[in-house]
Amino acid sequence: MPETPNAWTDERIDQMLGNLLRTGVVLASVIVVLGGVLFLMHDGTQRHDYSVFRGEPREYRQPTGIVADALKFDSRGIIMLGVLVLLATPFARVVFSLVTFAIQRDPIYCVVTAIVLVVLSYSLFYKG
Amino acid sequence: MDINLLTLTSILFVGAVVAGLIGALSGLGGGVIIVPLLTILLKVDIKYAIGTALVSVIATSSGAAAAYVKEGYSNVRIGMFLEVATTIGAVTGAWVAGWLPAETIAIVFGFVLLGSVAMALRGHPEGEIGEKPDPLALKLQLNGTFPTPNGLQSYCPTHVPGGWAMMFVAGILSGLLGIGSGALKVLAMDQIMKLPFKVSTTTSNFMIGVTAAASAGIYLNRGYIDPVLCMPVLLGVLLGALLGSKILAHAKVGVLRVVFNIVLAALAVQMIYSGLTGSL
Repeated sequence: MPETPNAWTDERIDQMLGNLLRTGVVLASVIVVLGGVLFLMHDGTQRHDYSVFRGEPREYRQPTGIVADALKFDSRGIIMLGVLVLLATPFARVVFSLVTFAIQRDPIYCVVTAIVLVVLSYSLFYKG
Repeated sequence: MDINLLTLTSILFVGAVVAGLIGALSGLGGGVIIVPLLTILLKVDIKYAIGTALVSVIATSSGAAAAYVKEGYSNVRIGMFLEVATTIGAVTGAWVAGWLPAETIAIVFGFVLLGSVAMALRGHPEGEIGEKPDPLALKLQLNGTFPTPNGLQSYCPTHVPGGWAMMFVAGILSGLLGIGSGALKVLAMDQIMKLPFKVSTTTSNFMIGVTAAASAGIYLNRGYIDPVLCMPVLLGVLLGALLGSKILAHAKVGVLRVVFNIVLAALAVQMIYSGLTGSL
């Protein structure tokens, strides 16, 4: 059977997967750079002792709080948004795999991928 | 250290570039270097150090995996199947890290780093490539092909349950210590499952991002992930890893590799010592 360009072959999926990962890392880096520049311009002369663990403020501990802070152009919030995009990249990769396994009608791997997705979701939306 | 955040950011950035470079050239990855860099050299609390390292691990592994996946070496099905083990392990590790004292984590870290150095220095013995069809591997469609100079070569993994169990351990260590556990992942695939070395390393890299993300969410919620530390470290490690991969493609780094691994062994001993004397 001749391969059409739109066939969901493993090779083509690998290409798309590679692009997805690269996009995530580049996007995250750009956001972190933007936040970083803002941060250094405003708060570069501040001091902070990192030898004592205090833990981050509540708003930086949850995706919703981070997005809200970033929208207020809080520089630390923007950096955390970049970090969040980075954390979301593997997550998006697994979602993408779930979709492709579903299209390929591969029930075993739909289940396998769904399990990984559940574990990842548990972590990303973890409330301690 | 009593320095302002601009100075701290600059030191961290330079340190992270070096860490990314050494990580690529030593074959150990950036995470195992970030933690000693932050804790021993900059006196940062190990909780912040682990959070920061996890974030940089996700960045470097995703960046590298993007290239490898396209080259056709990584096996996405093997990766996904074993990620069930590594992600459950990572959540377990992050959970255990919540109640272990910092000193204990430092000591475990030191020993894991020593083990990784030993493995990196030993190189990879030319293992046989599994070709006999293993019923479980076939049922899970774990067989595949990879490009060689003589065309595509096929392979089929063996000892799938053993490899899976080892991946669970790799996941625990990743979640506990904020590292990629690349060395253990390669060991599981290359030595236990008898996969071709290139397939093992690239699939390991592919898995590291998902494994690290599985514990990073928990660390985020616990407040271990700090924007001021993450910003320079994340960008620096990415830049260093990129430079490292360019150097690897153009130069023989045999001697450098040994030197870096000895430096890492010294850092590992320092971590164990700090943990034992409670001087973290």
